[in-house]
Amino acid sequence: MASLLYAVFVGPFKDMASSPSFLVEVLLGGIATGLMYSLVALGFVLIFKASGVFNFAQGVMVLFAALTLVGLMEKGLPVAVALLLTMAVMVALAFAIERIVLRPLVNQEHIILFMATIGLNFFLEGFGEMLWGANVKRLDVGIPDRSMMVAGIQVNQLEMSAAGTAAVLVAVLAVFFQRTRIGRALRAVADDHEAALSIGIPLKTIWIIVWSVAGLVAIVAGIMWGAKSGVQFSLSLIALKALPVLILGGFTSVPGAVVGGLIVGVGEKLGEVYWGPLVGGAIENWFAYVVALVFLLFRPQGLFGERIIERV
Amino acid sequence: MSDPEAHGLSGSRPAGGGVGAIAGRTSNPEARHGSAGARPSAGGVEAISGPPLLVTEDVSVRFGALLALSKVSLEIRRGEVLAIIGPNGAGKTTLLNVVSGFYHPYEGRIVFEGRERTHLAPPDVAALGIARTFQNVALFRGMSVLDNLMTGRLLKMRGHFLLDALWWGPAKRQELANRAVVERIIDFLEIQAIRKTPAGKLPYGLQKRVELGRALAAEPTLLLLDEPMAGMNVEEKEDMSRFILDVNSEFGTTIALIEHDMGVVMDISDRVAVLDYGRKIAEGTPEQVRKDQAVLDAYLGATRG
Repeated sequence: MASLLYAVFVGPFKDMASSPSFLVEVLLGGIATGLMYSLVALGFVLIFKASGVFNFAQGVMVLFAALTLVGLMEKGLPVAVALLLTMAVMVALAFAIERIVLRPLVNQEHIILFMATIGLNFFLEGFGEMLWGANVKRLDVGIPDRSMMVAGIQVNQLEMSAAGTAAVLVAVLAVFFQRTRIGRALRAVADDHEAALSIGIPLKTIWIIVWSVAGLVAIVAGIMWGAKSGVQFSLSLIALKALPVLILGGFTSVPGAVVGGLIVGVGEKLGEVYWGPLVGGAIENWFAYVVALVFLLFRPQGLFGERIIERV
Repeated sequence: MSDPEAHGLSGSRPAGGGVGAIAGRTSNPEARHGSAGARPSAGGVEAISGPPLLVTEDVSVRFGALLALSKVSLEIRRGEVLAIIGPNGAGKTTLLNVVSGFYHPYEGRIVFEGRERTHLAPPDVAALGIARTFQNVALFRGMSVLDNLMTGRLLKMRGHFLLDALWWGPAKRQELANRAVVERIIDFLEIQAIRKTPAGKLPYGLQKRVELGRALAAEPTLLLLDEPMAGMNVEEKEDMSRFILDVNSEFGTTIALIEHDMGVVMDISDRVAVLDYGRKIAEGTPEQVRKDQAVLDAYLGATRG
């Protein structure tokens, strides 16, 4: 018994203290992964804030963006051109979604819009594979997936540049949506379509903006994850990892998506490395969901989410 | 209708306009319900008899086989308080929805300030200076009262994203100026105590008041109120009546409202329009409408069929 307690509560911390530079490496790895989760979660938050709808298709949008980018690059286009074209495609997609899916459903129940995004999910999945094929593709953005030594600590170049990009993007979006008029209009639209319209907020414009931004975020997430593990169908499944991040951070909070992502990323890396051997590993696979479960029990609105007010 | 003196059919608008009348209303109930006679509005008689602010010309709205509005022609005159009444299902809310751009008529025209605007969408109508409230309160429930009102001022805010984001220069001045306007409305509606409360947590009567505040925040020329007093008790109705009259006289806002409480209607409106089965069956001063045979028939169901 005592040895078990020792192994759980003392041993891992002794390991951490005995090799601080290794600890830093683990933490950095966790932060990098966490920021990449945040990036996916952010796509969900934006659309949820603006329409109160959980966008089931967000994961597939990541896949679709990555597929388009790789497909264009395989056609021989330089990276920069392919990237610009992909951005144009995602914005065009936002316009199309607003026109074909959302506009006919104004003022419908949220669950109906949610169902519509499930349809969108299947459409994009099939459409993407029809255009670009279903093979696993390699995405090379010119950053080597190699490690280098910085101040005695090993860092992975690809992971670090991914983390840096994610951090910048998240900061820009947070400021954009917290401090600008668009941010306030966004919250208004999320709360009540009719009321938002009546005070002069053009629903169409707001929706096109958020779906475009969600599309652009999907490109970045697609590049980061695609460069790491290849562009393939399983890319759309990282959306599953974004779910616990959302539950932690709150569905409506941009900073929440960041903090939630970091907690999940760092938590699962630390757990895997230091506590993993105790249970035979694979902590990385379930850590996020267990944390999410605990949050659902004790703080369902997440760390930063708006309290759910229900009058009875 | 437990207060016949305040809301009885015999009640009438207080004599005298402007600030004096407001003071009278708040401090002296006798003056408020005293003499008969029309209440001069803020803009004075000239304004009311000038060119109308908004005109609907032969407006018809159809939902499938149901004719919700049939060739309704109505004037909303500058500076007046116009009540739209009628039995349930008469098309009152439909009319309001047409005026605010939520529905579009399949025939007829809508002219606002001399310009036709029949087919504008709601945000564009709002941009012209028409604000409205809804029958079943439509507030931004998650936001505080203050944020609800600030959101109501979005149309008044101009400027650049980047400046907004940096909270710098003109953006900051603008935010503060808008905040000042909103604070005035908060004072005016006597909701200081709840300014930080999430709107969804408020009791119904206060939600209605906040919704009025959000509409006012846009400084509208024309204010449309869909049953502003539905579900209120007598005291709340008196407060709301007072606010509506004060808005009309203090800000010179033209008001069109739908209301079921006849006492309130007779008390606060300059003119009344009556709808029944999607048609306008009467229009005139409260006195005229009250004696109108068609109106009595519609309400009492005398000669229907």
